[in-house]
Amino acid sequence: MFEAYASLLIKSIFIENMALAFFLGMCTFLAVSKKVDTAAGLGLSVIAVQAITVPVNNLLYTYVLKEGALSWAGLPEVDLSFLGFISYIGVIAAIVQILEMTLDRYVPSLYNALGIFLPLITVNCAIMAGSLFMVERDYTFGESVVYGFGSGTGWALAIVLIAGIREKQRYSNPPAGLQGLGITFITAGLMAMAFMSFSGIQL
Amino acid sequence: MSQLKAKEVLLSPIFNNNPIMLQVLGICSALAVTSKLETVVAMSAALIFVNTFSNMGVSAIRNYIPNSIRIIVQMAIIASLVIVVDQVLKAYAFGISKQLSVFVGLIITNCIVMGRAEAFAMQNPVGLSALDGIGNALGYSVLLVAVGVIRELFGSGKLMGINVLTPITEGGWYQTNGLLLLPPSAFFIIGFLIWALRSWKKDQVEHD
Repeated sequence: MFEAYASLLIKSIFIENMALAFFLGMCTFLAVSKKVDTAAGLGLSVIAVQAITVPVNNLLYTYVLKEGALSWAGLPEVDLSFLGFISYIGVIAAIVQILEMTLDRYVPSLYNALGIFLPLITVNCAIMAGSLFMVERDYTFGESVVYGFGSGTGWALAIVLIAGIREKQRYSNPPAGLQGLGITFITAGLMAMAFMSFSGIQL
Repeated sequence: MSQLKAKEVLLSPIFNNNPIMLQVLGICSALAVTSKLETVVAMSAALIFVNTFSNMGVSAIRNYIPNSIRIIVQMAIIASLVIVVDQVLKAYAFGISKQLSVFVGLIITNCIVMGRAEAFAMQNPVGLSALDGIGNALGYSVLLVAVGVIRELFGSGKLMGINVLTPITEGGWYQTNGLLLLPPSAFFIIGFLIWALRSWKKDQVEHD
């Protein structure tokens, strides 16, 4: 039991890294990775949001949306799975909002550090993809908790790494046309190649 | 509206203000679905549909949306359109729908759609917004098709699943470049395309 979870955790952090193996959350990955501090803040918020939304969406899917899931309410033949997308994005938007208000009320220091990033997270595709992958792969509730945390961590790790590289890159001198976005893409490509070396590892 | 402006709204996103290469929007799916031209075409068609109609929808009700909940309203419009696309793909092109897997759903969070709804459709009339939607989606499609052609042609010697450069494994002469089918190559190709575009249009070069 424990081993299966550990293996899923490692897999979601390294082997199936959200940013570098599936290219998810790229907009924020490229736009907010100029400094390590801000990247770390954003990474932390992604871990928090991902670890909450994936399990919540898992419950929503299992007890409301899945075919036959409404049998507890006396409606065994109802299949609401086509409402999936709109429900997940609603849940994500609501949770981000709640998290923002809770942090503002109880942990103002953390809120000030993360505040500006939280709204950005609603439109971060890594979050949405976490929920969609969870549904596609039929994770149980326990697995979805581990997967949410692991995939968030993997994304955070990737953005902190690329921010570190980009901080150093400011002192280098690429050709004019490559400056900024171009060289960042190529760096991300090299990082993705490095992460590919994790593939095939089985625990 | 003048004829000139409409044309500009439609055409400028394709090269002058490309959503992927200049505005850094909608990159996730650009990288992930481009290993085959077939999926690229399906994805581009889906995006053109969603972007055009979401821009039209948002623009049509822009004067009635309260400012504080506009993001939710935009989300709801976009998500409904994406559900339509997803159901149509599942019904008529199940194979492609399986290959695209979660990326159809991710059109909802594709920043191009959200970004254009927020930045353009909220301020402009329906007709212009529709053109802006088509234009931006075309800008996205042009880049996707370019990357898709490079990756499929040199990676597996095929275009749309038809042999163009017959690979050695099938009795031809072309040694396929497997690297191009792997995820990292998409980053390199887009990086080089940006380099090419910026060498052509010097004003897009970023200066630190």
